[in-house]
Amino acid sequence: MLTSYLPVVLGLLILYSFVMGRRRIRVAADAQAVRPHSQFGYYGLYVALWCGLPALIVVLAWLMFGPVIVDAVVMSSLPDQVTAGLDSAKLGLLEAEIKAIAGGVVFGEPSAAVVAAAERLNSLRGISSTAMFVVVVCVALGAIAYSRRRVAPDFRARNKVERTTFWLMVLCSVIAIVTTVGIVLSLLFESFRFFQLVPFWEFLFGTTWDPQMPIRADQVAAEGAFGALPVLAGTVLISVIAMLVAIPVGLLTAIYLAEYAPGRVRASVKPVVEILAGIPTIVYGFFAVLTVAPWLRQMGAAIGLDVAPNSAMAAGAVMGIMIIPFISSLSDDALHAVPQSLRDGAAALGATRRETIIQVIFPAALPGIVGGILLAVSRAIGETMIVVMAAGLIANATANPFEAVTTVTVQIVTLLIGDTEFDSPKTLAAFALGLMLFVITLGLNLVALTVTKKYRERYE
Amino acid sequence: MSEIESAMSTPPRTIGQELMSEEGARRVRRRYRADARFRAYGIIAICIALGVLAILVGTLVSSGYTAFVQTQVRVTVDLRDADIDPADVRAANWRGIATGAIESLFPDLPQSDARVMRDMVSQGAPFIIRDAVMDDPALIGTVFDIEIPASDRIDQLNKGAIDRDSPADHRVVTDQQIGLFDQLEAEGRISTPFNTALFTAADSRFPELAGLWGAIVGSFYALAVCLVLAFPIGIAAAIYLEEFAPKNRWTEMIEININNLAAVPSVVFGLLGLAVFLNVFGMPRSAPLVGGMTLALMTMPTIIIASRAALKAVPPSIREGALGVGASHQQAVLHHVLPLAMPGMLTGTIIGLAQALGETAPLLLIGMNAFITAAPDSMLSPSTALPTQIYIWADSPERGFVARTSAAILVLLGFLVCMNAIAIWLRSRLERRW
Amino acid sequence: MNEATSHAGSVSVQHAHDVTGMPTKVHAREVTVHYGEKQALFGVSMDIPANSVTAFIGPSGCGKSTFLRCINRMNDTIDICSVGGRITIDEQDIYDPSLDVVQLRARVGMVFQKPNPFPKSIYDNIAYGPRIHGLVRSKSDLDGIVESSLKRAGLWKEVSDRLSEPATGMSGGQQQRLCIARAIAVSPEIILMDEPCSALDPISTAHIEELIDELRENFTIIIVTHNLQQAARVSQMTGFFHLGKLIEYADTGDVFQNPQHSMTEDYITGRFG
Repeated sequence: MLTSYLPVVLGLLILYSFVMGRRRIRVAADAQAVRPHSQFGYYGLYVALWCGLPALIVVLAWLMFGPVIVDAVVMSSLPDQVTAGLDSAKLGLLEAEIKAIAGGVVFGEPSAAVVAAAERLNSLRGISSTAMFVVVVCVALGAIAYSRRRVAPDFRARNKVERTTFWLMVLCSVIAIVTTVGIVLSLLFESFRFFQLVPFWEFLFGTTWDPQMPIRADQVAAEGAFGALPVLAGTVLISVIAMLVAIPVGLLTAIYLAEYAPGRVRASVKPVVEILAGIPTIVYGFFAVLTVAPWLRQMGAAIGLDVAPNSAMAAGAVMGIMIIPFISSLSDDALHAVPQSLRDGAAALGATRRETIIQVIFPAALPGIVGGILLAVSRAIGETMIVVMAAGLIANATANPFEAVTTVTVQIVTLLIGDTEFDSPKTLAAFALGLMLFVITLGLNLVALTVTKKYRERYE
Repeated sequence: MSEIESAMSTPPRTIGQELMSEEGARRVRRRYRADARFRAYGIIAICIALGVLAILVGTLVSSGYTAFVQTQVRVTVDLRDADIDPADVRAANWRGIATGAIESLFPDLPQSDARVMRDMVSQGAPFIIRDAVMDDPALIGTVFDIEIPASDRIDQLNKGAIDRDSPADHRVVTDQQIGLFDQLEAEGRISTPFNTALFTAADSRFPELAGLWGAIVGSFYALAVCLVLAFPIGIAAAIYLEEFAPKNRWTEMIEININNLAAVPSVVFGLLGLAVFLNVFGMPRSAPLVGGMTLALMTMPTIIIASRAALKAVPPSIREGALGVGASHQQAVLHHVLPLAMPGMLTGTIIGLAQALGETAPLLLIGMNAFITAAPDSMLSPSTALPTQIYIWADSPERGFVARTSAAILVLLGFLVCMNAIAIWLRSRLERRW
Repeated sequence: MNEATSHAGSVSVQHAHDVTGMPTKVHAREVTVHYGEKQALFGVSMDIPANSVTAFIGPSGCGKSTFLRCINRMNDTIDICSVGGRITIDEQDIYDPSLDVVQLRARVGMVFQKPNPFPKSIYDNIAYGPRIHGLVRSKSDLDGIVESSLKRAGLWKEVSDRLSEPATGMSGGQQQRLCIARAIAVSPEIILMDEPCSALDPISTAHIEELIDELRENFTIIIVTHNLQQAARVSQMTGFFHLGKLIEYADTGDVFQNPQHSMTEDYITGRFG
């Protein structure tokens, strides 16, 4: 339990090193009666950075790789007769069992070897955390000892500190790239494993999606059919419904607010419309289930139409509502970017507002508006909670908005929710769907961002 | 200028004069009507948007407000004969004690109706009595009254959510239960106080006992992790990109990357968290720490974009002024630009955190939708968060959970309103216009 | 000050008839403009003769553009702007509620400081006005209007072979002549020009000045300019504005050679402004 004191100990060491560095340069400067190169604080910071950064790197590396190494040591120390003939999946199960026992959770009667392994795991974990504490503190102390010797009036502490913070900032901005790479790699890696079980083309062009049921007896993954087309069709249907709601309402809202509304109305209505964007999607999902879907069913029954309880219409319409402020605020920006001189030019020719808007402003703002709509489409395709709650689970390639359909995101969530083993095609299929979702939205986003950027440059 | 002369040969028709004619005036009126129609479409669109917002909030309030109060039954507990070891209060037969206390409410009913009687109050009654005695051991050997939440059905009956006049086979409470409820009410044993359990209890299978405390703590931990990670990293990245980065292909790529990340579906971040944090690094499932890390990756682009906008809004003259008196570039930024940009950065951060607070999908994928009946005691213990708790409750069939879901949503929206209000206040208070 | 203004105004009104010998086209009396609380124009009165060029000069912010924008009611597009007094064109009150801006602006065209071609083809730019007013019956009718407008703006030779290309690709001078052609295409009676050459190079400016002189035959032209030489070159009548008041209004020769008002003299000789 030494490790829980590590942040405190390290924090105190850093504080100490800062104070010590600052005092040291002050004393040295007084003794030599010279003005040091940098302000006193920079010398303190210099020592503190030396104390903190290497220690932090050691901690991070230890936390990342320590458990992996410990697990590997434990597994390799298992007697041969226990591990003989086990494939990787069974080994994984065994490892999970050992960890569960080590955590104090015992199911059934584990073999002596497993119990021994669990004890070894616990003791190794203890050793590892103690070792980490000792190593980290040693590293910090060593770094203090090294760096304090360099503190002298002619030492350029500010430049050193600034160079370090510069690279720290570079590191932080690279994290965005790392995140993207992480997304791509993790999706690719798991999808690759999936495509070893289910052929790529079958996934892309298969017309049956039923993760529970085999489509062919000889199928490698005799667990279900993984043809993504019907899932994609459901996604498209719901997104189309959403856009049919959101585009007219959002666009007309933007046009009214940007071109017609007096300043006072605009100032009060715009933020209220944007509240719609701040409402969490789960709230919309609940709204769809609680209010919109039953209402649609009643309406359908009244005119003799059979509406499924989780119809694409309900999910799509509510998703459309969610997207209204998205489209209205992006279109509003685009309309505002059109220079006033064009409005004046049209007005001076005797055009009415509507003629000015439709024939001059709108075409001029079109690239910006299209960019906004593409971003909205990308958001509709990637939207999860509304469809998880309000759309169906069964893949159904239909164009009837009153039937239940499922979407890519719904399938990802339902396949991964709860405890599932990580090797079954069901779980891996979720990553393949995730990859598909990522590629589609990435494409839409890139096009949209390029279009809007070009557009913004045109009128700047 | 022969061009001009040839043009002159056809006398110009003055459109203005034609418009003044009767025919022209009619045409102008038609154009104005089209304009008015177009304007009306805009107003209708706004009304639709605002109307839906009103319906949404109205539905939530009307279905959720009842969950803020809870029907309670005052039960008299007789511990004179109970066998309770003061050293080990927990071990006593609390189930039997509770059953006895409940049955004593209805002395007229035969023992065969024990089940009907038990169904009047929450099934958590034994634990509530036990906890009361553990808090106050002096109760042992005495007779005392205690408020116990009514069962979900009776709660709904009391709140009027169940129609007494509908046929008996259409409602979930029997005529007998209605009679018993009326009897209790006549005896003055029914009360409907503010539902403190909603804010102090964790999840439960029984709606009358379920509360949000566990979810609130879980969300708090996750947001704290998210803030600690995303805020410094996001701001450092923004400062680098806006103030120090050279304009080249590399930084342009980072910029495109960040803009794109801001638009990546949140469920994909969930997949990332699942594959990297849980599978590769072997972090615990359902832990707020992992939830917070996943949310941090999602929030970071928002913070970077907002912070860059805030930095961009600081006029270059400020930097030049600082550089002119001999400050280093970093000193100029740290001492002069950053303080001025801070309000904008904080606003962006709060808005990003508000988004993260409402985010559900990534948390579902890393298992923060587990059924957990105690608030998490650390960043690593399994927990739910507010939105995932809403998801769990929305999926539960019991009637009481519908109201609780709406109430939970109202609580969540309350937090969001507060966060946004802080952001707006910060902006108006600290932002400077140039 | 007030007295001086009205005095200058009444003097110049008489001059107007004498010099150009043209009937009055625009007749303004005691025109005031407020932007919210702030008054931008104080009781401007003037008679502008038909088929001539009238120039408004004065330092920045003197109200000359504001007054120009009153003549085709462009100020209507600004919410907080209110106009008082009376302006008539051919004896018709343009602020009469029964007359609407669409009708008015078809009679009073305007060219702006910065060329503002619509992001459409050259052809569509010219055709826009006739189209919205719905007065073209056939494609050939429209072609005729486009051609004659471009010819009258002296642009036909340069662009006749690329009418379908976007107007935004033209040079600044061409764009401004296109805007003039676009105004002409509606065949207005009056063309207002708000510093039409301030964003152009000297050669383009010369082109436009030449054009203005030619257009005078068919249109009444009112031009706001910063450039005193330009006013002297192209206009017959000149009005000098200062701080929202019309200080002096007379025929151009008189204003430049024999100003009645010392402030005008100071401005013209370059002592302020």
